[in-house]
Amino acid sequence: MKVVVGVDLGSTTTKAILLDEQRRIVGKGITNSRSNYEVACAVAREEALTAARFTMLERELERRASALTRSAQDSEHALHEAYRLETYLDQLNELHEEMEKVLKSLSFISDRGKLSPAIREVLDQMRSDAAQLFDGAGARRSDFFRDLAAAGYMSAAERVAAGSKGALSYERLTGVFDRAILDVETRLQSRDFGAILRRAARRLTAEDGSAAGRALLEAVESAATQPIDEVSFVGTGYGRQTLPFPKQAVKSEILCHGRGAHRVFPGTRTVLDIGGQDTKAIQVDDHGVVTSFQMNDRCAAGCGRYLGYIADELNLGLHELGPLALGAQRTVKVNSTCTVFAGAELRERLGLGERREDILAGLHRSIMLRAMSLLARSGGILNEFTFTGGVCKNPMATKVLRDLVDENYEKGIVLNAHADSIYMGALGAALFGVDDLEAGRPAILPTFVEKARAGSAMTTAAAPAE
Amino acid sequence: MTTTTPTHITRPRQVDAEAAKDDSQLRQKKMIADHFDKLATAKEDGRKVAYTFVPGNLTELMLALDMLPVLPEINALQSGMRKLSGNYITEAEKLGHSEDVCTYVKCDIGMMKSGNIGPTGTKLPSPDILLLSYTGCFTFMKWFELLKEEYKCPVTMLHVPYQGDGHITPEMRKYVVDQLEREVIPALEKAAGKKLDLDRLSELLERSKRAEDDLVAVWESAQNTPSPIDGYFGGVYYIGPIFSAFRGTQDACDYYAMLRREVEERVKEGKGPVTPDGDAPEEKYRLVVEGPPNWTNFFDFWRMFSREGATIVASTYTRVGGLYDTGFRHDPKDPLGTLADYCLGCYTNLNLPMRTKLLASYIEKYKADGFLINSVKSCNSFSAGQLLMLRELERKTGVPGGFIESDLVDPRYFGKANIENRVQSYLQMLEARKARGSA
Repeated sequence: MKVVVGVDLGSTTTKAILLDEQRRIVGKGITNSRSNYEVACAVAREEALTAARFTMLERELERRASALTRSAQDSEHALHEAYRLETYLDQLNELHEEMEKVLKSLSFISDRGKLSPAIREVLDQMRSDAAQLFDGAGARRSDFFRDLAAAGYMSAAERVAAGSKGALSYERLTGVFDRAILDVETRLQSRDFGAILRRAARRLTAEDGSAAGRALLEAVESAATQPIDEVSFVGTGYGRQTLPFPKQAVKSEILCHGRGAHRVFPGTRTVLDIGGQDTKAIQVDDHGVVTSFQMNDRCAAGCGRYLGYIADELNLGLHELGPLALGAQRTVKVNSTCTVFAGAELRERLGLGERREDILAGLHRSIMLRAMSLLARSGGILNEFTFTGGVCKNPMATKVLRDLVDENYEKGIVLNAHADSIYMGALGAALFGVDDLEAGRPAILPTFVEKARAGSAMTTAAAPAE
Repeated sequence: MTTTTPTHITRPRQVDAEAAKDDSQLRQKKMIADHFDKLATAKEDGRKVAYTFVPGNLTELMLALDMLPVLPEINALQSGMRKLSGNYITEAEKLGHSEDVCTYVKCDIGMMKSGNIGPTGTKLPSPDILLLSYTGCFTFMKWFELLKEEYKCPVTMLHVPYQGDGHITPEMRKYVVDQLEREVIPALEKAAGKKLDLDRLSELLERSKRAEDDLVAVWESAQNTPSPIDGYFGGVYYIGPIFSAFRGTQDACDYYAMLRREVEERVKEGKGPVTPDGDAPEEKYRLVVEGPPNWTNFFDFWRMFSREGATIVASTYTRVGGLYDTGFRHDPKDPLGTLADYCLGCYTNLNLPMRTKLLASYIEKYKADGFLINSVKSCNSFSAGQLLMLRELERKTGVPGGFIESDLVDPRYFGKANIENRVQSYLQMLEARKARGSA
């Protein structure tokens, strides 16, 4: 299969999209941007390639649908979950190794003898709990290893510490985890897709020679071994100076977001993108070509990081903010447009006895008011209006935006928000990549792909050079 | 843990700006150095000194009275280019000037408080008089109020009515001429210690006219493809003599004649403009720019355009010290009336519809693909209404506008990554639109 790769390197997350030559999405991947752009790009691409293999697997399963006991879709889903479980278990082993390394490097500690077996016990508990996370019932709250491992480790460490009757503290156990997790996360592991998928398949089907079992394994074999040929690359996203792409393969994220949004919602004329550190108001024509845009300058209050900071202040997960705010009975007026002052205002309001939900409603409104001002500067909101970027996953942000559009513009403006809106930039980049390919000038290979293919380790967390 | 080398994006070789100077520029450099030398010994030589501003500057009047002009705005922008403005601004903020005050003012005050050393390294003389000849910028009044306090010298003010209705009425003109006769000239005569010779003023104005003709020819050369000049980044060098102490001098006439010949030579050779990296690459985009440049990162800013093949074919900033390409020339036959017309007609004295109309005419005349507004934090005279102008211009011309924000000389307000992101996005947008248009 030939694919075109689009990568959107955001300040918080890095996204990759693979398109086939018919411009159909065959795979997507997302990862934390960390402090290393090359690793982030490589991880997102790797994940998208894996997803593309699952697309191939689904197509292979469909071809053998009559022989399968379950539907092709269900089989693919089950295999996918089993694959994730196998990967998670591999990563737990890597984490364990790294933690042992950390323990060895800590020459000054006296209780290494107690810590090492305790850590083993914690990880064993995580391994035995792992299957529940991937049983298809949607128990896990994140797809990032770091989030899953942190949650699992904390709860198992609590049990182990309690069981040690004071011999080991919870903090001692989590301290080692904190030191190890970053290295595990920033290390690019080239995983053998075929080997993991075969292991996953064995979880689902006994090799009993049944027709259904044979069909499943054949599909797995075919998906694992068919070549995927990456024929064009386009990168976009912030920090374009250090984006690990050759210059001719770098597209402005404004153009990419506009185009991606227009591709998913062809009626789009105005796009609002709120990412980790910037807000963009973009106008596009009937072909998705940008006609005008405005961005926040200098100050990133009101962007994704603002919400992240507020979540930290409240000791909540970022994804919990929106749903909590939806429970507001009133909207507390929040004046601060500075992230840090908004945090102070939040604490003050809490001190005055305001409900968390009501304050959060006010914070969401304050963010969206900033976005409305930017939209007005870019030429206003035209029908249809598409909301993209990480913040559009927040249901309260979408609700407040809907209200503000209705208050300030004509009635009946369609507001589009898609579960995959975070991928719009990468999608736009990939579409430009297909253009390049069709024009006979596909961009050359970015170095992170060369390195990943050469299998060299990229394990640095060093900041990019100026 | 191993360290990977981050990917390097190939960049054109950085050529020192010094390397890319042509003869006219070297000549200008010498003129300016000589002027600052004269200023350094002004007190010993018994020369009188007037401080004044670029918009509405009455250079011929000062020269006719043998006074030496000092332009605090130009000193501030020079400090910005020489990376001194940050410290000067801090100095002024220590004295109590708020973060929101115009950074030209703070830079000037900071420079004054740090010994008043000018751009060429020589000390600037104190003023004998402050000539406030343009009042369209309210900050100018406050600026000279501060300098008056510092130097204990007289201020003479010429109140210039705003062209709110879009034209100069005979009453407005008479009002300015009356002030010149009754207040400004007597005050300058007193400070200079001599009477004004109107014939001498006319001679100076005759030379102004000649230099203005040549300057307009230089601006209009941008109608060629490729344009032989950059009318914004390069343009700020071209306005150097005529906007500062030299309008009306033979030096200025010689400089503009020389510049015009150089530019005509470039047209013959089919060359684009000179950039900080030498001759410009192939012209890909032709743009019109509204608003002053940023000075603290001037060359970074310029390269964001020049390296992408974007040439600025016309700009309004290069018209702040005199708008000549719509027909005005200094008239030696009517010395005071022409000075009044000049002050009333400077770019920042035009109302928003006039500014929009002028920009639209540049877009048309110079076949621009787009226009860009650099909105500076310091200057309300420029920035107020710019978003409105952007929309109006897009509607009028059908050409897309871009909007960036920076500042004159406060380095804290130049976000390179942010501005570069916008400029590149804007240029890519122009390219995408061109591709669509031709598809």
